[in-house]
Amino acid sequence: MVLVVGGLIVWSLADLAVPAARSLGFFRFLVGREWDPIAERFGALPFIYGTVVTSVLASVLAMPVGVALALFVSDMIPARFRSWISFPIETLASIPSVVFGLWGLFVLVPVLRGHVQPFLAKTLGFLPLFQGPPIGLGLMAGGVILAIMILPTIASVTLEVLKTVPLTLREGALALGATRWEVIRMVVLPYSRAGILGAGLLGLGRALGETMAVTMLIGNSPEIRASLFAPGYSLPAVIANEFAEATGAIHMGALAGLGLVLFGTTLLLNSLARLLMSAVGGAGRVAV
Amino acid sequence: MKKGKITVAALALAAGVASSAAGALLITGAGATFPYPIYSKWFSEYNKLKPELQFNYQSIGSGGGIQQITNKTVDFGASDAPMTDAELDKAPGALQHIPTVLGSVVVTYNGPMPSLKLSPEALAGIFLGKITKWNDAAIAADNAGVTLPDAPIAVVRRSDGSGTTAVFTDYLAKVSDEWKTKVGAGKSVSWPVGLGAKGNEGVTGLVKQMPGAIGYVELAYANQNKLPKAAIKNAAGKFVDPSIEATSAAAAGVEIPADYRVSITNSKAENAYPIASFTYLLVYKDQGDAEKGAALVNFLWWAIHDGQKMAQALDYAPLPAAVVTKVEATLKALTVNGKPVAL
Repeated sequence: MVLVVGGLIVWSLADLAVPAARSLGFFRFLVGREWDPIAERFGALPFIYGTVVTSVLASVLAMPVGVALALFVSDMIPARFRSWISFPIETLASIPSVVFGLWGLFVLVPVLRGHVQPFLAKTLGFLPLFQGPPIGLGLMAGGVILAIMILPTIASVTLEVLKTVPLTLREGALALGATRWEVIRMVVLPYSRAGILGAGLLGLGRALGETMAVTMLIGNSPEIRASLFAPGYSLPAVIANEFAEATGAIHMGALAGLGLVLFGTTLLLNSLARLLMSAVGGAGRVAV
Repeated sequence: MKKGKITVAALALAAGVASSAAGALLITGAGATFPYPIYSKWFSEYNKLKPELQFNYQSIGSGGGIQQITNKTVDFGASDAPMTDAELDKAPGALQHIPTVLGSVVVTYNGPMPSLKLSPEALAGIFLGKITKWNDAAIAADNAGVTLPDAPIAVVRRSDGSGTTAVFTDYLAKVSDEWKTKVGAGKSVSWPVGLGAKGNEGVTGLVKQMPGAIGYVELAYANQNKLPKAAIKNAAGKFVDPSIEATSAAAAGVEIPADYRVSITNSKAENAYPIASFTYLLVYKDQGDAEKGAALVNFLWWAIHDGQKMAQALDYAPLPAAVVTKVEATLKALTVNGKPVAL
């Protein structure tokens, strides 16, 4: 059933994309850097770049925090206080993304513009990542909001994974004289590393497809720049922005093509992560 | 093609639900979002006059409106920008543009200056990324007595495809050759500089919180949110503040062709605000359904007369008298199965 629906989606997108593929050429579309609906020149690269950069940034920021939160809940506090931490995290997951976007626009962006980005430019400004004028809006804002949005996914899945670590293993380690930190480092984490990776993957998957919050914060400018301060554009954002008023088969086709590229990117990252997971192994594997 | 069928099915379903509820004559339309507030006001007022008639309007965007009227899945379409020749050729019958009201695009900004005057050259320079500071000589020349900050200009523009962008870029392409060759005019364009925000509300939000920002929004939106508005120098050389009167005046300075497909930006009229446009309803010249066709033409007649009085309260500019006279003749020429409609 899932395969059939997936197949139908791909097929109808491909059907829409045919006129664009004919006029632009598949490869040129994929690596093209220009997006000019008037001249009907379309390239997907700036959008792929924006999507990957914001999603990876989100995962890099959210993984340590999410895993730390899960460890804190499962291994450090008494069981009866667990819901005090896990309930707010799960509530975070139920906030609509447009609300995240609004909050980002009115709270996060001014903070980034006024404090975080000037600080980064002053201390780490020698890196190309932190150069250019601090606008607030841009790849960094998109990445940070995505990190907050995928945090509940990562934390709650990791928590489930940690719960599968057999009590006998923990008790054994404690009996051998391990400290609490040593139990975490030598027993809990190695046992559940594949599952934690899976949690990160689920988070990454959510980040790749997130549309609304990102389009409100990323700056919506199809550029490829090294700096995280610079505005960018993501695949879902441009589709949402331009689809309603796209006139002409080629513009429409190019947007459908971006949909296929997004599908492909997700598929590719998923497969890579699965490979990684089976390479890492471990008994606490979870279904992803 | 597949998509067309699905839309038909969905619309048939929607129409079936609505008409079975009331047993009334249901006229469906789809298209532009910009005139949606005035259209829904008209539909509800007209429904009070003729309770047997109901309208269902989906504000899905001009592109969708053109597509649906071309596929005949709706009784009328709506678009901010006139249809192109290629689009008209695709329709199975002759389509007529009916201008309903006018709107204009306002340049808004965030800065300490109490007022701002912009020449077309300065405006194009800013959006081309060539003028980057507020105290640039090209801006200062027209703003004697106003202290302009020595601050960078941050350009904000629409990221979603929109009629507002189409009107704004159409104007820039008329006043700047460089804009015309480098960027062009359309609902989505390749912007040389700036940050993209979604919708009038997105542009407003960004401009309001970014010092030194400049952006463009619809007049109605700017009025309702009390945004600062720049005066623009029109083709007659006069700086004009955006207003409803100045928008209506723009239509007076342009020769209106019989199919109304005309850009009225950069109007030659003395008091015209230069970044203005019509918004249109799209109907087939020969209506297939006798009952619906007659009702639709009568509604249009009402809209260009009584309906115009409601425009101003909703921040739309009413059609000038000369245009109303012209549309009257056009409506009289519409037919139902080849026969004229009793008005």
